[in-house]
Amino acid sequence: MTIIEKILANKSGRTEVKPGDNIWVDVDVLLTHDVCGPGTMGIFKENFGQDAKVWDKEKIVLIPDHYIFTKDKYAMRNIEYVTQFAKEQDLKYFYEPFTDDYKGVCHVALAEEGHNKPGDVLFGTDSHTCTSGAFGQFASGIGNTDAGFIMGTGRLWVRVPESIKFQFDGKFPSYVMGKDIVLQTIGDIGFDGATYKCMEYAGDAISGLNMEERMTICNMAIEAGGKCGIIAADEVTKEYLAERGVTDYKVYNSDEDATYDSVHTYDASKLVPVVAKPYSPGNVEPAENLSHIDVTRSYIGSCTGGKTTDFIAAAKILKGEKVKIETFIVPATRNVERNFETIKIGGETLKEIFENAGCKIGPPSCAACLGGPEDTFGRTHADEVVIATTNRNFHGRMGSMDSQVYLASPYTAAASALTGKITDPRKYITKLEVEIDG
Amino acid sequence: MDKIRGKAYVVGDNIDTDQIIPAIHLVYRIDIEEEAKNYGKYAMSGMDPKSIEVPFIEGDRYESDYTIMISGKNFGCGSSREHAPLALDKAGIKAVVAESYARIFYRNSVDGGFLVPYETKNRLVDEIKTGDELEISGNVLKNITTNKEYVLGELGDIEEIIKAGGIFNYAKENGFMTK
Repeated sequence: MTIIEKILANKSGRTEVKPGDNIWVDVDVLLTHDVCGPGTMGIFKENFGQDAKVWDKEKIVLIPDHYIFTKDKYAMRNIEYVTQFAKEQDLKYFYEPFTDDYKGVCHVALAEEGHNKPGDVLFGTDSHTCTSGAFGQFASGIGNTDAGFIMGTGRLWVRVPESIKFQFDGKFPSYVMGKDIVLQTIGDIGFDGATYKCMEYAGDAISGLNMEERMTICNMAIEAGGKCGIIAADEVTKEYLAERGVTDYKVYNSDEDATYDSVHTYDASKLVPVVAKPYSPGNVEPAENLSHIDVTRSYIGSCTGGKTTDFIAAAKILKGEKVKIETFIVPATRNVERNFETIKIGGETLKEIFENAGCKIGPPSCAACLGGPEDTFGRTHADEVVIATTNRNFHGRMGSMDSQVYLASPYTAAASALTGKITDPRKYITKLEVEIDG
Repeated sequence: MDKIRGKAYVVGDNIDTDQIIPAIHLVYRIDIEEEAKNYGKYAMSGMDPKSIEVPFIEGDRYESDYTIMISGKNFGCGSSREHAPLALDKAGIKAVVAESYARIFYRNSVDGGFLVPYETKNRLVDEIKTGDELEISGNVLKNITTNKEYVLGELGDIEEIIKAGGIFNYAKENGFMTK
């Protein structure tokens, strides 16, 4: 069996499952946020009763993150609604906005706060819930109705997915990031190439990546239609978890004779920085082929490209330079934001590097990745052409229907910020070799 | 399954959830009818204006004149927002007929009891025009305007959930859940 089959078998009380089986699984964690939380909670109350209690108040993780720093009255009402629900249900894990408990983008906060565990079943009311597959667990996005059902019962039916294996042998070049890796695979199989399937990433090169880079890869499984992405837990995973006091989990690996829908093998050293052109994440081309395209904005942030690793990468390129186009920096979480002040390159903090380069730094949240209310930091309002470390480049995704989004790694987004054109980060290759201080 | 009859609205491939309901509108309360009807008003408002020949919803109305949406591949890709099938439902769409669906949209449509997601092997976007009068009966789609018939994919296991009106009713009827 594959990893995902083993996890689903265990959580459905079976010794074996195969792709296509419809099974009921026990849920370890239900994640929700301010946009889909109110609908989920409303459905829960409608079906289980106004005074009903959730199935387990320690297994629901509520992380408001989408529309936080806005004056939109409806958005504020949603935050009030989920806050009241968390208090009446006495939820153990509620990261309340406008308090010291606020974290930021849910998928990154889940990892940082130790909610991800190998072998677990995690569902979330957000399509990028697949990010947590980086920890060797089943993690998938669902709608409000399914989430309301879990809230009351702790269970959900799933169809066991086929797995597609992406095997990366060797070592990735210094200029290739997790974002390039996942965009390359989406480009290869197509925007709907993994519909209903699990995207399993394996090989020496994947083992060489830190947890945040692995999260970037699993994060975008949904952009190929995937039900989930997964990377087997290893020593790197265990170390990350140990730092957060997480020790009780179950590590699964795919069997040598596991059956895959298809296997794609790559020589990791051959990968190059790539960009997904409007209006599909599967519309992938090497960055070097797009050097004629003018961009008017660079945006570095989101669950995909707003983690500490992403900003260290951007800072390496931006250090000692001035941006040529407006450049927005949005840390995913408070923790990432704090790292801006402590991590230094050549004696300068990340924050100093960004400020000296002329970037605008916003507070941690999903911000303009999905457009959002009119007053959202970094939102497009006209015909901006954005190079972004985010995950979707659909029509109007970052706000204005007339704006365009090119998806790229933090290296490529930062390099393009310096030139005003889509720029392959190999132009700044000597800068990439600089390490952080200490 | 009950017969579904009404006018067709034809769209292309890869209709994503940001086209079906842009993220800026995800703030209206679903349980307050007066607000929830905004989801109908803004359904399909994220489509590329250049690709639209006939508006899905005329002017300031909250409902569309169309009942059956015809699409190509990968309908509903992108976000997990259940507001997407909900918005189509509020606008008056009873069924979507597409060559394929993104997983979460498909599941949300069925489990939330919003609309019936039929699959087809035919490239119906080239066969049916917006405004054609259609009828779906069983797994047969009849284009009354052109007098042509098409066989749709069987709904399979999900038919029982659709008939029940969603996963909660289905679970209650089958003893998986007690209120």
